[in-house]
Amino acid sequence: MISWHEDPVLKVEHLTMRFGGLVAIDDVSFDVGRHDITALIGPNGAGKTTVFNCITGFYKPTEGTMELRQPEGPAFRLERLDDHQINASARVARTFQNIRLFAGMTVLENLMVAQHNGLSRASALTVGAILGLGNFARAEKAAVELARHWLERVGLVSRADEPAGDLPYGDQRRLEIARAMCTRPLLLCLDEPAAGLNARESDGLNELLYSIREQEKIAIFLIEHDMSVVMAISDHIIVLDYGKKIADGTPKAIRDDASVIAAYLGVPDEELPDAVSEVRL
Amino acid sequence: MAEPGISFSQRVKTALWDSFLAGLIAFALFSLVLGLRTEDNVTGLTLQPRPMLLATAVGIVFFGRLLLNLFVWQAEHPLTASFAKLFTREPFDRRDVTVLGGTAAFAVLGIIVAMLLGAPAYALIATAVLVFVGLGLLRRAIVYAFPDLPYARIFVVAGILFALFFPLTTYALESAFHLGMPLRYWFDLSILVLTYVMLGWGLNIVVGLAGLLDLGYVAFYAVGAYTFALLATHFGLGFWICLPIAGLAAAAWGIILGFPVLRLRGDYLAIVTLAFGEIIRIVLLNWTEVTNGPNGISGIPKPTFFGLPFAPFADGTTFAQFFGLKYDALHGIIFLYYVILALALLTNLVTLRMRRLPIGRAWEAMREDEIACRSLGINTTITKLTAFATGAMFGGLAGGFFATRQGFISPESFTFIESAIILAIVVLGGMGSQLGVAIAAVVLVGGFEALRHTDGLQTFFGEGFDPALYRMLLFGIAMVGIMVWRPRGLISSRAPTIALGDARPISADLVNEGRA
Repeated sequence: MISWHEDPVLKVEHLTMRFGGLVAIDDVSFDVGRHDITALIGPNGAGKTTVFNCITGFYKPTEGTMELRQPEGPAFRLERLDDHQINASARVARTFQNIRLFAGMTVLENLMVAQHNGLSRASALTVGAILGLGNFARAEKAAVELARHWLERVGLVSRADEPAGDLPYGDQRRLEIARAMCTRPLLLCLDEPAAGLNARESDGLNELLYSIREQEKIAIFLIEHDMSVVMAISDHIIVLDYGKKIADGTPKAIRDDASVIAAYLGVPDEELPDAVSEVRL
Repeated sequence: MAEPGISFSQRVKTALWDSFLAGLIAFALFSLVLGLRTEDNVTGLTLQPRPMLLATAVGIVFFGRLLLNLFVWQAEHPLTASFAKLFTREPFDRRDVTVLGGTAAFAVLGIIVAMLLGAPAYALIATAVLVFVGLGLLRRAIVYAFPDLPYARIFVVAGILFALFFPLTTYALESAFHLGMPLRYWFDLSILVLTYVMLGWGLNIVVGLAGLLDLGYVAFYAVGAYTFALLATHFGLGFWICLPIAGLAAAAWGIILGFPVLRLRGDYLAIVTLAFGEIIRIVLLNWTEVTNGPNGISGIPKPTFFGLPFAPFADGTTFAQFFGLKYDALHGIIFLYYVILALALLTNLVTLRMRRLPIGRAWEAMREDEIACRSLGINTTITKLTAFATGAMFGGLAGGFFATRQGFISPESFTFIESAIILAIVVLGGMGSQLGVAIAAVVLVGGFEALRHTDGLQTFFGEGFDPALYRMLLFGIAMVGIMVWRPRGLISSRAPTIALGDARPISADLVNEGRA
């Protein structure tokens, strides 16, 4: 029995998304294990980001269910929640393919915005905090400590007071992950986290993802093009092509699946051997 | 800056050619506008050529461009660099000394010659140049002597102290020495300026912090004013009861406006808010039973000093009697001044505090990136509505104050141009900057007023010249100028709301202007 079916944090069933006549995702079902690093791969236009956008509420799926199971307590039906509730209630956080930091705010402010909901409750509808009532000061201190913790984890403490837009690209990627982690998610969705990173930064990212899985005990679900990253860190890989799931299994199983390779790379038969060797880095 | 290796004659040639083209364009543009004038004669309309005026305008363009070409744009050492150095900390070199010294000497000479010839306008210009150079040098001297003082803070504190003590001090001086200062006028003008400062700060929440372009802000001002006026005249409620109700009513309308525009962004949002402003005005104009239509509402009571009226006689004790003073109409005006000052400072304090609270950070984050906000679990619907409501509430408070100060309101006071001026204050000041907005309000509103008192200009433009008529033109020129030289407003940097170490201002290039 494969582990991710035993205790899935996310159970996607019959997910279908149509844009007019275009079927972007066609009846896709998969599970994301509670403590796994799960990768979603596929050629360009396979519908990976559309799956992400459905899970994180930016699209409402045409059909299908997505169930997010809390460790104990309720399960959330993601397709019924508003996008901000998916983070606030169901505790799914995400990053974006083209980084979406608050460029004009400092690194620390970015992480404070991520803790908005908790701080908002502590600020007693803002009016309380304006009048100095309640325990807002304590809550804010705790929020700064959490932010500092994550800045240490991603190695950005020394740049905490710099505007996020001034950071180099690799730092921005890590800051976006730290920001998502500050919302204390159960499922962290990363849209091409290694895109644009050099080999050293990419290794650092792998370590960060491992450490998040080991220490926070959460699920990581990522889209990635860089096969070396995918094969190295994933526990579970799901392959999409033209909106359909064509394979689902451990990295080893996916690596040996010739049909996946052919479909995924979309190459003519005579080039297949080259492509296969490229995938088996 | 000139490219090296180009000979002087070559440079003169290109400068002349460029100036000639500019002159040609000026001629084409001005030939009909300035060169001809229609006159109503017995024979009907005739065209009256005005060659001298046209030649002057084209000449100004040609020679102005030639001088700029030769001495600034294509010069190896632009003359303006020396003046720009007045506002930096770079050391002067010999050339700067020559340029600045020469300018000062020339200005002094100009004053003397103008005085001898009896042309006060030219003397005024020369004095302005001299004062400009002098102030620049003074600023450099101070910065040089005390390089580490927190100048921005000193400026703010001095400004607030001035605002706090200005009416009392001048009133005391006037009562003691009878200097003949036009106090009534000064106080009225200060109240007007402070009202716009408050409106600017209120709109700054919506436009500057939350990044929601609102072209109909005057609607909330109108709602506040009418709420105040109707409550005060129909139900006889006092100032301190009506004022908060006016604020709350405006906030409610802010939420009502907020709902339909939640999904709109950028231009579409601007159009809907513009329409909202017009709807409110037209309703006020036509709903005669309630608002008395174009005739407006008059007889709005003045505020009282905790129940003591500012009047020569009253049923009970008046303010003057209670404190054993001689009745003076200025008492009421000074009180109004302090009311609006307190309201404006309240707006400022609440805004500054809110910026440091989650809601304020969410506003700014929403301006930066709305999608990222939602991915972090922030309910942008509520965030937008709170921004609209908070901004509207301060607009409504200002409106209530406006109603009681004027004693009379009509839809005339709430036209689109008011919205435009308030928005201009926010944009010129620097979106999101409280200090910048205050400076812009003082400069714009005070500047409009100053136009009425520029007598010297008549010597240039003829006896019938009324500079106040040109205020919209000047307003436009000021806008264009600021947008060219300081596209993000007077104060464009953003102060972080929280820091682990030292909070350093964030350059405007990174901060989003808000298109959401």
